[in-house]
Amino acid sequence: MEINFAHHQSAHCENGVVSNLMKHNGFSVSEPMVFGIGSGLLFCYIPLLKVNHAPVITYRALPGHIFKKFAKRTGVKMKREKFSNPKEAKARLDENLEKNNPVGLQVGVYNLLYFPDEYRFHFNAHNMVVYGKKDNRYLISDPVMEDVTSLSEKELEKVRFAKGAFAPKGHMYYPIAFPEKLEFEKAIVQGIKDTCKAMLAPVSFVGVKGIHKIAGLIRKWPKQKGIKTANHYLGQVVRMQEEIGTGGGGFRYIYAAFLQESGKLLENKKLIELSKEMTEIGDLWRDFALEASRIYKNRSAQTDSYNKVADQLDHIADLEKVFFKKLKKAI
Amino acid sequence: MKKKEVPQDKSNLESANFRELCYAVDENGEYTTENSSGWEPKTVALNNAIEEINERIADAKERVIAGKTSPIEYYMELHKMDIGILASYVGFWQWKVKRHFKPSIFKKLSDNTLHKYAEAFDISVEELQNISK
Repeated sequence: MEINFAHHQSAHCENGVVSNLMKHNGFSVSEPMVFGIGSGLLFCYIPLLKVNHAPVITYRALPGHIFKKFAKRTGVKMKREKFSNPKEAKARLDENLEKNNPVGLQVGVYNLLYFPDEYRFHFNAHNMVVYGKKDNRYLISDPVMEDVTSLSEKELEKVRFAKGAFAPKGHMYYPIAFPEKLEFEKAIVQGIKDTCKAMLAPVSFVGVKGIHKIAGLIRKWPKQKGIKTANHYLGQVVRMQEEIGTGGGGFRYIYAAFLQESGKLLENKKLIELSKEMTEIGDLWRDFALEASRIYKNRSAQTDSYNKVADQLDHIADLEKVFFKKLKKAI
Repeated sequence: MKKKEVPQDKSNLESANFRELCYAVDENGEYTTENSSGWEPKTVALNNAIEEINERIADAKERVIAGKTSPIEYYMELHKMDIGILASYVGFWQWKVKRHFKPSIFKKLSDNTLHKYAEAFDISVEELQNISK
């Protein structure tokens, strides 16, 4: 069976699944709206954790949080299920498809063979929608892809039961109840306040302070770890920032789009001005990535060039500090 | 980022036949989306990461041939895993997986244990025991 489901490509998978499921249920909600209301924007250096033998930085909230916060703030009720038994997980999925209900799934990326090899890491917080089953293949709407695709039963089971950090355990979710009308105004204010709080948090590895922290580490890496490792680490910072799903500039552009849309909706000119400012900050993140790539491309770098990119980050952190203080006051 | 500045560099996304979505402003300052075929600074970072992994795989392979580690470590690197990820796939403690890297201990592993590793790497037990197969 095939559910009549409209696939819209999005930058980020979690926003995309929420936005597409909402649209399917008759509520027009853009990707930036989901991201902003769900307080998706963040900067966080995760100490002690290493992925692919390099430090981990995230430019967004923890997997699942955007979704949870969006649903709570707009009054949408979600049903979520996890499974220990793959057979049971499959049966519940099939049941939903029989009932014409497209569902969101959390999956691991490593065994998604439709991704190019260099994107296939053991990252378990990818999201997709299953909207039907035809000739024993599940019909998949993966929001980061331009078009829909399909997976065999075995392939889908593999990605639903990927192991490691954030193991999905067959995690399946879908909206079950909606308010009569989505009250965006309150939700937007809540979403913005929450983001400002996180970005200005008095914690050394989070938000603005976290950006300074990474800048400090970058200055130390070449001496402490050697050029080869320093470049590997720096490459990972850029990869996390510009990974598929960020919409560019470590999610800063999606956030700017959210501020613009919210500014119009709330008739708040300050938000529209701040959207422009966020776009400029996004451009600075891109400049940082470009400069950093010059270092790891040439493989032989002077300590000076590491200091230079660290200076760029310190500058961005200073600007974001001022920015989020203004944003807090604007609503 | 302006819409017309969204990078259209060559990248491996082409092989998978898709372009990623970026957010950018049009000439009137309105936010819109545009597909990107890739951006060189990112492509270089991705290629370097893959190269780094390939070095780890080659290094593990050499050590297997020299009798310094078991094929389990080689296949772990081949599948971009670390000990933590592999341990969760086979359901052993990390120290136990590390122990199985010792060639002398690997030789004595039970069929059941070998099967678990073979399944995690999606290969046969024979392939697990002999990396040249």
